[in-house]
Amino acid sequence: MNTTIMLFLLQDGITNGAIYALLGLALVLVFAVTRVILIPQGEFVTYGALSYAMLATGQVPGTARLAVAMGLVAFALDLFFARKALHARLVIRSVALNIAFPTALLGLVYALVGPHTPIAVNIALALLIVAAIGLFLYRIAFQPIAHTSVLVLLIASVGCHLALQGLGLVFFGAEGLRGPALSSAAVTAGPLRFTGQSLAVYGLTVGFIVALWLFFGYTKTGKALRATAVNRLGARLVGIRTTLSGQIAFLLASVIGAISGILIVPITTLYYDTGFLIGLKGFIAAIIGGLVSYPLTAVAAIVVGIVEAFSSFYASNFKEVIVFTLILPVLVLRSLAAPQVEEEKD
Amino acid sequence: MTQRLPLIIFALVMAVIPLLPGVPPFWIVLLDNIGLAALVAMGLVLLTGVGGLTSFGQAAFCGFGAYTTAVLTTAYGVSPWLTLPASLLVSGIAAVLLGLVTVRLSGHYLPLGTIAWGIGLFYLFSKLEFLGRNDGISGIPPLSIGAFKMLSPDTIYYAIWVAVLLSALLTMNLLDSRTGRAIRALRRGHVAAEAFGVQTPRAKLLVFIYAAVLAGLSGWLYAHFQRAANPTPFGAQAGIEYLFIAVVGGAGYVWGGVLGAAIVVILKEVLQSYLPYIFGGQSQLETIVFGIMLVLLLQLAPQGVWPWLMSKLPFKPTRKTPDTSVKLEHRERAPGTSPVLLHIEKARKQFGGVLAVNDVSFDVNAREIVALIGPNGAGKSTTFNLITGVLSATGGKIFVQGKEVENAPPQEVVKLGVSRTFQHVKLVPDMTVLENVAIGAHLRGNSGAISSMLRLDRADEAKLLAEAARQIERVGLSDQIDQLAGSLSLGQQRIVEIARALCVDPMLLLLDEPAAGLRHMEKQRLAALLRQLRDGGMSVLLVEHDMGFVMDLADRIVVLDFGTKIAEGTPAAIKRNPDVIKAYLGAAA
Repeated sequence: MNTTIMLFLLQDGITNGAIYALLGLALVLVFAVTRVILIPQGEFVTYGALSYAMLATGQVPGTARLAVAMGLVAFALDLFFARKALHARLVIRSVALNIAFPTALLGLVYALVGPHTPIAVNIALALLIVAAIGLFLYRIAFQPIAHTSVLVLLIASVGCHLALQGLGLVFFGAEGLRGPALSSAAVTAGPLRFTGQSLAVYGLTVGFIVALWLFFGYTKTGKALRATAVNRLGARLVGIRTTLSGQIAFLLASVIGAISGILIVPITTLYYDTGFLIGLKGFIAAIIGGLVSYPLTAVAAIVVGIVEAFSSFYASNFKEVIVFTLILPVLVLRSLAAPQVEEEKD
Repeated sequence: MTQRLPLIIFALVMAVIPLLPGVPPFWIVLLDNIGLAALVAMGLVLLTGVGGLTSFGQAAFCGFGAYTTAVLTTAYGVSPWLTLPASLLVSGIAAVLLGLVTVRLSGHYLPLGTIAWGIGLFYLFSKLEFLGRNDGISGIPPLSIGAFKMLSPDTIYYAIWVAVLLSALLTMNLLDSRTGRAIRALRRGHVAAEAFGVQTPRAKLLVFIYAAVLAGLSGWLYAHFQRAANPTPFGAQAGIEYLFIAVVGGAGYVWGGVLGAAIVVILKEVLQSYLPYIFGGQSQLETIVFGIMLVLLLQLAPQGVWPWLMSKLPFKPTRKTPDTSVKLEHRERAPGTSPVLLHIEKARKQFGGVLAVNDVSFDVNAREIVALIGPNGAGKSTTFNLITGVLSATGGKIFVQGKEVENAPPQEVVKLGVSRTFQHVKLVPDMTVLENVAIGAHLRGNSGAISSMLRLDRADEAKLLAEAARQIERVGLSDQIDQLAGSLSLGQQRIVEIARALCVDPMLLLLDEPAAGLRHMEKQRLAALLRQLRDGGMSVLLVEHDMGFVMDLADRIVVLDFGTKIAEGTPAAIKRNPDVIKAYLGAAA
């Protein structure tokens, strides 16, 4: 093999790996805070990407309407669970968050949509839509069963994935979509050509990792989230609202997912069901990172991306086999290094 | 016989259904599919619900079963019946290989790991030339008995449901046995089970293989039912679906697997056939509704539908009381002549920078009650963990009956006749008191998984249960024998732990705060029991904070403070010891 091909594959791998890293980070975040293994992460990716692509063609994506519908359900749940103590403040807050916000968003989408809307506006709209969906998803599907076992949460997560993927087909159709590139600039360095798009991928990934690190290390909310992750009951006893922590985690995860989607949709055609596989590769990275360590997850994601790029070059038939069995040696190492005394679990 | 009655009725009903006139053939196909899914789900019940090991990869094991028979029958012309053992063997071997890697993972690594290899195997099935790539293998011969070929859904129906019922029977037999108790204890962490000699890695691997073999059986039947095998039904989606069949039905219950299969298969079928009529031909609408209903169902019955149904039953299933006249042989004792039962020499344990136990030495003699006391954080429980092998010592030596215990694992220490209770009660809350206590006698039985499934273990099992019942009577909990351990008060749970430890037939009993949570009368009864045990030849080493209890009961007291032994002597001497007073009350100003 010559160096050019190798460099090219490396570059490709790192670009994909950066996306997996973002998704892996989101998965770690959500699992740590809520114990939910977020299978619908892939749907956040496709929803973000395809909403953006549809907005770019001047259409209103169905996801905007979905956000309104989910907001209504979330509002109903809020009222139902607070029926014994309905305060005006609580109702107003719930109306503002669950009804006013998505409705205003839908109005905004209708007002702004058009073939000549600036890219930045489309991105912002797509992000807001997916953020709202992520937030309501937690409220509707997970908050009522937040205390149950990881297994039950996992199955609920699968249910959400199925429903959202099915809705994705309704909204976006079976045809794949591509979105416009964020920038058409390109930099040439030796034999390699860096497009503005891939530079944006690198920049945003690094930016997010740093931002998450700052958020969790230095802000009160970030520390509260970490506390919730370690001990829910303890966190509640010192006054942290664990439901709020869950909502923040889902909000962050959906935004990260949507950003990843928007970053890759100009590079590859995405279908309504592509997200699942992309999300799973984020999983691989997250597992290698042990679902706890952000930097390790990011590094693992880059490795997954590179392995994928190389194996698609040498053994394209067995690309997925290689990527998904990559995890086994890691698991072996982990089990060899497993701690002797394990915490009792429910 | 009464316990088997519902099963027999169910079997008869299932046998009659295809013979009834007017049953649409389509129903039979549905029932076939339910049976196939139930087999896989049953394995998952054991693996996930009972054993606590979540697997998304079961569909891949179906694939092993199906492809094995597909290749052997089409390419080599082997008779379908001969490929059955081959299919089961291949799934089993695959399970051993994957299991060795994955079952040691705890918590969330395991489910994620299984997703990963589940998908990896799916892609492998769809890429390998000799498995027909994405098209798979077709033209698989039907099952046949003599000239009778099981070509139609209502003939293979019997093969499928016989397999389901037999598997259910075997699985229930397995759960209600010595091995079954070990499996049921897995979900609550391995420390308690290992303290009574359960080889937890082996037990985990066992359920993993068992679940895989059931999945392989389902795959084998599927291949001969469809007469074709392609990768799609063995992918990640199917693996996920099997898991939620088990969870929806009730992951801890064998019949929950069957019920869950019925619910999910019928629900999907109804959605697929009726939704298009209601909403027009919208594509994939059934997945949306299915996903939403799944979430809804979990919110309404997070434990699954089967336990919810059972709790609505007007009558409770009765349990058989064990016949306590059956004798269990005593544990084989090492011919120890040394009067010193336990000898600890400069035991040391360091956790990073913290020295939890600092060169502690003391002895416990035969027929003696020794108390280990000290303020919180003095290293008492750590000392217990060093003696029983839960933790390995950083330095020093521990001898039991003059024989050095060189950082032996808990399973070996208990064989020396040292048994224990835990400071934080480690019982299995959804097992009865009797079953929990019987775990203590694990090493005194010898029936394995196969003999348990075939009910060849009954003589052995009766002895174990009789011993457990005797020990429960001894500690005075006979009235609670059939209650779930989780429903007892914390004090009573501690007593259950003592009964469990006594089932080992120990020489030395280690009790970690046995009197905590007991009322005054209960404490007196416990003290009387411990004295009676000592007079019967047993030694007791206990950690306790209730000074009245300790001073009354102990022959000798060892005092620890910050990991270091500061005093040792009779209760009277300890009461007056200035160092001890200082440790407990602080120095006089």
